[in-house]
Amino acid sequence: MPDLIAITPLGATRPRIDSHGPVTLTEVTDRALASVAARLGHEAQTAALVTSLIGAPAPGPARMGGTDLTAFWMGPDQWMLDAPIETHEDLAHQILAQAKGATSVTDQTGAWCRFDLSGDGLADVLERLTNANTRAFTGGEAQRTAVEHMGCFLLCHSPRHISVIGPRSSAGSLHHALLTAIRSAH
Amino acid sequence: MTQENRLQGGLIDRSRTISFRFDDKWMKGHPGDTLASALLANGVRLMGRSFKYHRPRGPLSAGSEEPNAIVELRDGARREPNTRATTAELFDGLTAQSQNRWPSLTFDALSINDRLSSFFAAGFYYKTFMWPAAFWEKLYEPMIRRAAGLGSLSLQADPDSYDKGYLHCDLLIIGAGPAGLAAALTAAESGLNVILADEDSRPGGRLNAETFAMGQHSGSDWAAETAERLSAMPNVRVMTRTTVLGAFDHGIYGALERVSDHLPVPPEGKPRQILWRIYSTRAILAAGATERPIVFENNDRPGIMMAGALRAYANRWAATPAQEIAVFTNNDDGHRTAQDLLAKGVTVTAVIDTRPDAPKGNGYEVIAGGTITNTSGRLGLSKIEVTDARGTRRSLNCGALGVTGGWNPNVSLTCHQRGRPTWNADIHAFVPGGTLPQGMTVVGAADGLFSTHAALTSGADVAASIVADLGRTVTRPDLPQAEDTPVALTPFWHVQGAKRAWVDQQNDVTAKDIKLAHQENFTSVEHLKRYTTLGMATDQGKTSNTAGMAIMAEVAGKSIPEVGTTMFRPPYTPTAIGAFAGRSRGADFRPTRKTPSHFWAEEQGAVFVEVGMWLRAQWFPRAGETHWRQSVDREVLQTRRSVGICDVTTLGKIDVQGADAAAFLNMIYCNAFAKLPVGRTRYGLMLREDGIAMDDGTAARLAEDHFVVTTTTANAVTVYRHMEFVRQCLCPDMDVQLISTTEAWAQFSVAGPNARKLLQKVVDPEVDLSNDGFPFMACGEITVCGSLRARLFRISFSGELAYEIAVPTRYGDAMIRRLMEAGREFDVVPYGTEALGVMRIEKGHAAGNELNGTTTALNLGMGKMVSDKKDSIGAVLSRREGLNTPDALRLVGLRPVDRANPVPAGAHLMTRGSPVDAAHDQGYVTSACYSPNLGHAIALAFLKSGDTRMGEVLRLVSPLTGVEHDVEVVSAHFVDPEGERLRA
Amino acid sequence: MLINHPTLGPRDASEFVYKGDAALIRRPAPDAPDALEQFIDYGYLRDNPAGAHRELWFHEQGDRSWLVVTRDTLTHEITDVELARDVARREGRSK
Repeated sequence: MPDLIAITPLGATRPRIDSHGPVTLTEVTDRALASVAARLGHEAQTAALVTSLIGAPAPGPARMGGTDLTAFWMGPDQWMLDAPIETHEDLAHQILAQAKGATSVTDQTGAWCRFDLSGDGLADVLERLTNANTRAFTGGEAQRTAVEHMGCFLLCHSPRHISVIGPRSSAGSLHHALLTAIRSAH
Repeated sequence: MTQENRLQGGLIDRSRTISFRFDDKWMKGHPGDTLASALLANGVRLMGRSFKYHRPRGPLSAGSEEPNAIVELRDGARREPNTRATTAELFDGLTAQSQNRWPSLTFDALSINDRLSSFFAAGFYYKTFMWPAAFWEKLYEPMIRRAAGLGSLSLQADPDSYDKGYLHCDLLIIGAGPAGLAAALTAAESGLNVILADEDSRPGGRLNAETFAMGQHSGSDWAAETAERLSAMPNVRVMTRTTVLGAFDHGIYGALERVSDHLPVPPEGKPRQILWRIYSTRAILAAGATERPIVFENNDRPGIMMAGALRAYANRWAATPAQEIAVFTNNDDGHRTAQDLLAKGVTVTAVIDTRPDAPKGNGYEVIAGGTITNTSGRLGLSKIEVTDARGTRRSLNCGALGVTGGWNPNVSLTCHQRGRPTWNADIHAFVPGGTLPQGMTVVGAADGLFSTHAALTSGADVAASIVADLGRTVTRPDLPQAEDTPVALTPFWHVQGAKRAWVDQQNDVTAKDIKLAHQENFTSVEHLKRYTTLGMATDQGKTSNTAGMAIMAEVAGKSIPEVGTTMFRPPYTPTAIGAFAGRSRGADFRPTRKTPSHFWAEEQGAVFVEVGMWLRAQWFPRAGETHWRQSVDREVLQTRRSVGICDVTTLGKIDVQGADAAAFLNMIYCNAFAKLPVGRTRYGLMLREDGIAMDDGTAARLAEDHFVVTTTTANAVTVYRHMEFVRQCLCPDMDVQLISTTEAWAQFSVAGPNARKLLQKVVDPEVDLSNDGFPFMACGEITVCGSLRARLFRISFSGELAYEIAVPTRYGDAMIRRLMEAGREFDVVPYGTEALGVMRIEKGHAAGNELNGTTTALNLGMGKMVSDKKDSIGAVLSRREGLNTPDALRLVGLRPVDRANPVPAGAHLMTRGSPVDAAHDQGYVTSACYSPNLGHAIALAFLKSGDTRMGEVLRLVSPLTGVEHDVEVVSAHFVDPEGERLRA
Repeated sequence: MLINHPTLGPRDASEFVYKGDAALIRRPAPDAPDALEQFIDYGYLRDNPAGAHRELWFHEQGDRSWLVVTRDTLTHEITDVELARDVARREGRSK
């Protein structure tokens, strides 16, 4: 283990939690991310790799899948893998070891921050931030779009639990936007 | 003041009485009132002064089409000019001021303009203030702005916030009158996702203003019950106080919801308004119709208003402008007005009906075939002059006059794309025509169907066909019986022979102005609008346009459809700029990107600079330093003397992988990459396809099939987009995958003679940093601080022995603290972007100032880098003759002959003795700074044939800053030209 | 506007970045004898039709696909959307 102390995207040692009305906003810092993209002609092998990693079919466009280790679709033949950092601090290298030259793998853990919205009335909040039709989300959606000018992924675990994954450098702006929208909607 | 003109009944809440102030008078009203209805109930008819002539004016309408009764609402920073009193909902403590008058509404000094009206006729700006040109800005414009105008701004920041939002629906219904409600019920009960939007606070449209029965209910009760039923359904969103402002491409609508305008101040955390973007599969326009006036002499006195507005004030708000009224009509609505007001106990002096075959009056006098030929009353109507069918004139007393010339369907939204209204001769009005916005259907009065029955039926029928079209089963709701009176109207636009008859009351355009415009050959309706200002300003001619066109048609000898209409454009009603800005203002104008060392740098008291969205440390002031140059000079000197650290995370980093990764880089960089060994880094220059330099950076080969490409901070996004273009559109079968990793790594430059010694204390023991083990331009994956995976690059922007070390972003904060701690024995300094800039100028490295979108590899002194052994973007066009002339600009260094002189960036170079003009221009300075190492100013410049002019003395001129002195052309490499330091 | 993305369905045009004429896919061969003339044509001479136009749009706030969108410049009606990569392959850029 390195003798360095990591900080959260918001600049603290512990993740931030805010509650307002029916909604709780939680900074999530215990996940590791790695992107995988199929090498030319190895699309099927890469989908199979994703399937074996998450124990579920590789998710289709704008979908997510898996349970503990999950994946969401990023683009044609491209996915983001998402795993607990406790056991997968080095997720990219772990995947690379199984990729057998069929897949390009890139560490993405540090590139993103994640805020989870949980509770009721999440669509009331998100409709003030993004053009995604979150009111129609039922669970399993993974849509990349802009949230207050920031390119983000929206992951719907259930209509009462939605993750917003955004650029880590803008964590402060994203958190501010989310909190402002929660207070505005509820 | 008592509510002397308050009637019985109405839809106001009489259980509560609230106070409001208009100018200096406090008055009483009730919840449910508008400012206009409350003022009328209090006996106030005069509410404003007109735009040009400062004529006394009162409300013409009872809705958002209002041209006259516009006021400054609220006080202080929340003061909002040009607000319609007819739509401002009354709340306790509301304050409003009248506009465009001085010193008071009842005595206005500039009403003198009215006496000078011949001077202000159509086109007066263009005719009067033509000469001399210099007078326009200094004299004429301020004078006109003082004399003509509406409300004034508070000049304070808006204290309220505005949200933006996005809604999705199968069916958007615009307007919650009978047609919209029937459509909503049908669609909702058939299971569609429905949004029903209405600008009013109360659904029902004209049902709230009329006395129509809906089956067993009153119209307003039926509307309220129906809206309540709809609101309770999960698939319906009923949005009151929401104006659909515009119809855009592909079923997208803009709508403004006034969340808090009916409250004294918005609740904590809540916005004042929300601008919604609504994505609809289908839309139904049920926007109703707007009543139009008849134009006659002195038709603008307070108390003269639309007949339908008189009914709305009486029936909905239990208010009347006077106890004695008359009606001027060309259709049966005039008679309904008389009946409704009689029923409320108001005296009806007469109904003047232009039709010789007018119906008989029921309890009031009818003057059939009559017209109104003049009115009187200084600040409000007191008398009308009626000329009957035989030409006999008589004077009648009345404090209010209801006027109706029929109704115009509200076609505005049908025209926001390619729709153009067509004339319907049955109802003598324009109805929707041409190609409507995608997915839109029009129902009810907006489609020219004026009876309540027709509104209900068309709304329900169209909704049902949409339901079926979208593949759902239609469930038809029960709709009540309603009146089905046919339109009975004989067109009558204006009373002949009038001198001062107002067509557009908001812009003070008279019938005579329109005739004058035509006489002066402004014959197109669009020209007429610009020349006379007919239909401009806040009401956009909602009540005035048709009469204007009718008069124009008459003088041109054309029909109204031949004259046509002007364009309708969004927004439908005036919209606060704040609503378009939303939350994007002040510090939230755009997102902020913070570097991994940001929080640490804040602790150090760093001064930050915005670089795109990034905040970067510009310099780190220390105690006692009073000028930025002191901090920057110290940072530069200490870095070159010992070691300095800079956060360089903001440079774009793109991960390039795949079997063809090297071939791909060969394509995007003008120089060669195929033979770069693994573990080495190379400088790369990217060209645009036109041969101009696009961006530069480095590519580090981490494996045969894996590179990390860096871009400049400013171009990170565009370079990534460009690389994807090349990958997907030009080289679709190269095996290459791209992803941005800019934010995944915290990257620090460690530069200076002691950089290696410092780093040695941080990397894990097995890492060999020796010059042989990790030479200049080496790169590799290493571990630091006890097994933390990191990347190390031996690259240098400063010209010193330097490394860039990258660790996972979450450890960036700890890493800079560790580096600073490890560097204490070397007196390490953190340095900011200013010191970075000074050192790169001292070293002669090009940056954004040099890669400025006009320069080529040749200009930059890198012409030989453009390989002719391979294809690359921009290579062919970079060889164009025009970019390769003998006198092409070359990058050189400059130093002042008198070393005490400054060298301003942007200054131009002239040969000694030549004139100072563009024809003799030799080049220009791109980057300049004070070099603390050399002790004088230095600069980088582009100079014609600069590579052959070393040692030449030129004149540096900057007429803008008054600089003119001699400079010497030198090599751009001011420090360590042999590059010994970076290879040390 | 809405662009009907071939894999993601209708998405707001605000998520996209516009580049221009899809003829940019047809980059000339650099080794042709008249390569310079061809590149000048490619780089500077574009059609600007009033009507159907094939354009390149980049889904920057989405899946990072370049699309070829056939759009009527008069009505904004979009009649066809394809992945630019598929178009490029069809136009013989596979090599």
